[in-house]
Amino acid sequence: MQTSEQTSRRNFIKIAAAAGGGLFLGFNWLNSSALPVVVDAKKVAAGSVNFNSYLSIGTDNVITIISPNPEIGQGIKTAFPMVVAEELDADWKQVKTVQGNLDTGIYERQVTGGSGAVPHSWERLRKAGATARYLLVEAAAAQWNVPASECTTENGKVWHRTSGKSLSYGELAEAASKMPAPTEVKLKKESDFKLIGQSVRNVDNNNIATGKPLFGLDVYREGMLFAMIQRPKAFGLKLKSVNSEAAKAMPGIVDVVTFENSVAVVGKSTWQVKKAKDALKIEYEKAAELESSADHNRIFQQLMENGEATVRRKNGDVDTAFKNAAKVIKSEYQCPFLPHSPLEPMNFFAHVREDGVELIGPTQTPERARTEVAKLTGIAPEKITVEITRQGGGFGRRLAADFVLEAANVSKLVKAPVKVIWTREDDMTGGIYRPAVRYRFEAALDKSGELIGYKLRGVGMNSGNSTREDNFPSGSVENLLIDSVEYKSPITTGPWRAPITNFLAYAEQSFLDEVAEAAGKDPVEFRLALLEKAKKSPVGDIKYDVDRMIDVIKLAAEKSKWGKKKGVYQGFSVYFSHRSYVAQVGEVVMEKGKPVLKNVIAAVDCGIVINKSGSLQQVRGGVVDGLGHAMYGNMTFKDGAPDQRNFNGFRLIRMNDIPEVDVHFVDNGISPTGLGEPALPPAGGAVANAFYKATKQRLRNQPFINEEAFKGIS
Amino acid sequence: MASFKLTINNRAYDADVEQDTPLLWVLRDNLGLVGTKYGCGIAQCGACTVHLDGKAVRSCVLPVSAVGKAKVTTIEGLSEKGDHPVQKAWDEVDVAQCGYCQAGQIMTAAALLKENPKPSDEQIVSTMSGNICRCGTYHRIREAVKVAASKTN
Repeated sequence: MQTSEQTSRRNFIKIAAAAGGGLFLGFNWLNSSALPVVVDAKKVAAGSVNFNSYLSIGTDNVITIISPNPEIGQGIKTAFPMVVAEELDADWKQVKTVQGNLDTGIYERQVTGGSGAVPHSWERLRKAGATARYLLVEAAAAQWNVPASECTTENGKVWHRTSGKSLSYGELAEAASKMPAPTEVKLKKESDFKLIGQSVRNVDNNNIATGKPLFGLDVYREGMLFAMIQRPKAFGLKLKSVNSEAAKAMPGIVDVVTFENSVAVVGKSTWQVKKAKDALKIEYEKAAELESSADHNRIFQQLMENGEATVRRKNGDVDTAFKNAAKVIKSEYQCPFLPHSPLEPMNFFAHVREDGVELIGPTQTPERARTEVAKLTGIAPEKITVEITRQGGGFGRRLAADFVLEAANVSKLVKAPVKVIWTREDDMTGGIYRPAVRYRFEAALDKSGELIGYKLRGVGMNSGNSTREDNFPSGSVENLLIDSVEYKSPITTGPWRAPITNFLAYAEQSFLDEVAEAAGKDPVEFRLALLEKAKKSPVGDIKYDVDRMIDVIKLAAEKSKWGKKKGVYQGFSVYFSHRSYVAQVGEVVMEKGKPVLKNVIAAVDCGIVINKSGSLQQVRGGVVDGLGHAMYGNMTFKDGAPDQRNFNGFRLIRMNDIPEVDVHFVDNGISPTGLGEPALPPAGGAVANAFYKATKQRLRNQPFINEEAFKGIS
Repeated sequence: MASFKLTINNRAYDADVEQDTPLLWVLRDNLGLVGTKYGCGIAQCGACTVHLDGKAVRSCVLPVSAVGKAKVTTIEGLSEKGDHPVQKAWDEVDVAQCGYCQAGQIMTAAALLKENPKPSDEQIVSTMSGNICRCGTYHRIREAVKVAASKTN
């Protein structure tokens, strides 16, 4: 069993000292072509080198691997070390994984977002493992006085098979650290992988199952005060006056401080500050429109017709194509704002001193946290430390730094270490949502049912470009126009797992189903024919890999026995996002006259699968997340304030709501392309299309529970 | 403020808190038992589940004054060495993604199996549907409860 712990550089030095030397590899994250360098263990222990090591092999055989990217449930803390251990031929049982803290001097892209950590670091991690292995082999060969080419490695040992000699990595670590580092290393062939592609359990399983303090909310420090913040109760309001007398008089309350439009209650326990927060008397005044959902619907309709659109992609001549069309299909799709609802609400610890700042907590962007706190406090970034905790989900919410700034603001004002805690109500009503968006699709078919024209307009709220103009079916349609209209709402928005595509994929894949039906074609055949066209005679730039998309479509069709199951209504969906390809088939059956969602079959091409167990769950979790929000994610506004404030009003998917999810990976040997998000976008479309087959009713708006056709289903 | 004597994980604790303080925050803020999690504060998500005399309860809505002499078990005290069949099953099945809800899930499952060592699939789903997992690890939670049940006598 691996153990894992949070470490700072100081702790790492302790590990180095305790290990009594050994092999330490310094690694340059800033340049993927650079090879790791050997670092002197004594100097590491003495703290006299600015090492950038994330890999050490102690004389006690313990291999320590630092995972620098924040762990939010995507499994990076297990997957990163697996890649190093693979090339190293380490014994996985002796590998210890450590969460790195923010260090921009040595790590690059220390971010969790965009499903990008593994694609970014794949090569670097492999080279680190391979370099260490090379040095260990050299050390063994020298000791045995045999050529290195006669030595092999397996399970944490170097072997000389002809003489039967072996030495453990721990025994060789010291000698290996004195070997000259290689100028290049050979990486394994994929067919030689032993660990990569296996199911490896989450390195923190034991800590999680026994309730160890891992998360941001679990941070408690000597002298720490607790703070809760009252933010404006509606978007568009600003603070006018605060009467905090009653709150200040309550037990345990140390202070009530105000900054910007926030009022922070600071005290000695979470419950005390929560109660005192409720006792605040605050007056607000209007600073912007107080929008309601009815306003949003009206704005969408107006801008869809008359908005100032920015052209995102134009191929051929859509006007002529639609004029000459034998059939035109036109549909609109809309979704609401959505909170991220990570189960661990926003929180952060800050201790602002005169000479520096200590920040601890759950953030997907530790560097941003530091930069913004430096700006706020005027303290130089190098005097600000950021310790990254395990995080109870992120879904994009922790890419922002608002909650970090709050902690820093309060700590600065009360001159004490402070943990800011958001209640669930704060989390749901406090802003930064997936933006609401409306799409209009139009398709022109000729007499033979060929798609000759395609139009998409997105009207987004604080989305910027609410389309993904270069995605499929772009490239396969002669005449195409994609544009977007932007509306600026006072409601705050930001990235939400699979930004834009979390709804666009559903809308587009549902619309393509409508088009295929109008063309009298099978939805799978229809998509494949378009892709063949994109391959043979591409229209404009194509920024997705046509073959990889074809392959996942075929795999999903094969595994679901597409069109061959009696009494099962199947719906198809496929999407390319974050460099990976996922096709899904939703399966609905009629039970007692009602449609019931039974299965989702997913075919996934994310390149090489590093951790089979983690990846399988990542896909299942993505499907469940996508479905849950498509079906139930209902957020509405009244006068600038969300109507839903907690999980009693906002429904999250539960165990009794889930279908079976069957996952299949494409095995193509391509370097890993990311998996944190790509399984989510296709889920809603696969289910809506299956539902249509069963009921002949289209679900064009999310959440489905608000659609007449879906009522009484779930 | 009032003083409360609590028996938690077979150990005696004293807590000086207001009587309406939910047990959850006494555990976390006063007693250093942070394995029990806050998720919603209104008994909707189950992240705060602990055992009160062996029964699963939501500690976020349980005032400390209502605990009385009942014995409290938290995730830290479910087993001495972290080897309760449910804890072991959670590792074997590799349930956790982010892991935040899992202490509550485990406590709910352990209480279910104590009351009903061989639950049917429907009983598992019906009980475990009270707990939210935002990562969507429900398939594995369901499987792990079955694994634990198969190993419980």
